[in-house]
Amino acid sequence: MILDLIPTTLRMATPLGFAALGGIYSERAGVINLALEGMMLIGAFGYVVGTQVSGSTGFGLLTGIGFAVGLALLHAVASVTFHAEQVVTGIGINILALGITEYLLPLPKQVGGLPQWQLPFIGSYSFIVYLLPVLMVVSHILLFKTPWGLRLRAAGESTEALAALSLSRAKWQYIGILLSGLLAGVGGCFLASEVHYFTKGMTAGRGYLALAAVIFGNWRPLSGVSACFLFGFATALELANRWNIPGQLLNSLPYILTMVVLIGFVGTSRPPASLGKMKS
Amino acid sequence: MDIRKLFILLLQGRISDAKQLLLNFMPSLFAIFGFFLLCGVVVHARGQNALEFYSIIFSSGFSSFDEFGYVLFNATPLIFTGLAVGIGYKSGLFNIGCEGQLYVAAFATAWIGMHLNLPALLLVPLCIAAAMIAGAVWGAIPGYLKAKYGAHEVINTIMMNFIAFALMNYLVTSIYQEPGQMIPQTRQIHETARIPRLASFVPSLPDSNPLNTSFLIACVCVVFCYILLTHTRWGYELRLVGNARDVASYGGINPRAVTVWVMALSGAVAGLAGVAEVMGYRYRYLDSFSSGWGFTGIAVALLGRNNPFGILAAAVLFGLLNKVALDIDILLGIPRGLFFAGQGMLIIWLVCIEGISRKKNDT
Repeated sequence: MILDLIPTTLRMATPLGFAALGGIYSERAGVINLALEGMMLIGAFGYVVGTQVSGSTGFGLLTGIGFAVGLALLHAVASVTFHAEQVVTGIGINILALGITEYLLPLPKQVGGLPQWQLPFIGSYSFIVYLLPVLMVVSHILLFKTPWGLRLRAAGESTEALAALSLSRAKWQYIGILLSGLLAGVGGCFLASEVHYFTKGMTAGRGYLALAAVIFGNWRPLSGVSACFLFGFATALELANRWNIPGQLLNSLPYILTMVVLIGFVGTSRPPASLGKMKS
Repeated sequence: MDIRKLFILLLQGRISDAKQLLLNFMPSLFAIFGFFLLCGVVVHARGQNALEFYSIIFSSGFSSFDEFGYVLFNATPLIFTGLAVGIGYKSGLFNIGCEGQLYVAAFATAWIGMHLNLPALLLVPLCIAAAMIAGAVWGAIPGYLKAKYGAHEVINTIMMNFIAFALMNYLVTSIYQEPGQMIPQTRQIHETARIPRLASFVPSLPDSNPLNTSFLIACVCVVFCYILLTHTRWGYELRLVGNARDVASYGGINPRAVTVWVMALSGAVAGLAGVAEVMGYRYRYLDSFSSGWGFTGIAVALLGRNNPFGILAAAVLFGLLNKVALDIDILLGIPRGLFFAGQGMLIIWLVCIEGISRKKNDT
């Protein structure tokens, strides 16, 4: 009966996983990203609008990603170029995304889902689901095994090292934030493609949950995405609700776990040293 | 930074100093101006009359005591959450958890109000105290975790929000739901736990107007916060920890202790928004009653420059916006989302200005 939970777990974990990977890029570059929620929301919105306008889900995906990257650009300009307080910028962007999507609420018309791939033993899922583990490994290699990743991390860890190499911290932070927009946008597109609709505020806190996964996974792609699978499993358990555990308890489990990890009771979770610091 | 000082400076004829003080609020004024301009442009682009839009904004808020009563009613919870965010910010702490704190507080109030049948003289203060204590506890936990373990209060307040949503949802749907009702709400609190509507002693307000005594509590709270911040030792410690943590340490202030009590105080003030809802308006706890007051509080504090009187003014503005958003939806068919989007832009714009001025000071 655990096997029955796998499809729901995968469907719940995928959007979280993409947003969490995005969060890791941004936070590794030293920028706190509370805007994941808004980026996912506008990504879902873009997917539905793009698909409705063109009739093609591929175009919808591109529109969703484009919208999310646009929002990410706003976050980057505000928090890197203008040195705005990153936490507040993130909240502002979430409110903005909620407002824009409510103002331009698309027609309640069903749109098609993204192409599904049938795999033996696993079943049939949107190709995004299969993309997540690939991207997880790629992100790990990119961040920890390449000079590119070293530089991106230097923007969040040791600004002196970056300065010594005469590299621009701002440039790497832009890269990190834009990547987070791209990935969170994909997560949002997946969300909308699974339910075929856009509804007001449909991300329902998933961006924040993804951020919790980032912290839970110690700002690392492999453990961060694994945390998303754990959180997805908790949701699947709640939906199946076979053991009469109050659903709300399972619901809040990821948040409680994150707080416990943050305190350092279970393992240690250490943020990038210059996370959220504005001086270069 | 504040109005009293402005008057003193003007009286002393120190015009240039007074001008400097006014300049502090210039970004806020510009932001408000930009916001209304942007909304007007969007309305015009929709092919509607922008002037009619502006006249509706004005008449919706100020055409009668009744209308203005609604504005102040909307503003009341925002005054509390704005003050809560502002107090934290002065001490260098982000309280993103007002939303969770006000839910927990509202439930505590409702619980006391439902279960204790005491005379009003006893029950009203008891209910208010319950709200403040519940909010303070919910705020102090992230504060303590920050002080003791260095865990970032932003993340922990967000987590505490979600835990509060889940916990309150559980309590109200599984244990305390009003019998025979589908709506996730508790039964009503006792008559003696309710605070009166202002309509009962202000003759120009019609009885239907929901403005209640919690607005007066909010005003008292503004003055209290102002005095606390500027005229007491605690306020001094709070601001010193926010501006120069090391200096505070050398001066014998324990920044960790300050972190905990500031978060507790911030939570307690945010909790009063729950009082406004339960004791002043709905007389019961309704699940997810707040429409993002905790988050709007961030915008209110920013716009009010973290100054209690500024926050009062900003909350009234947002109260007006919330009311207007409904009216333009009904009268002009403009979705309320426009105002939310504008609110988001306002926040981003204000932090950018703050960032630029900080950058200038650094170099």
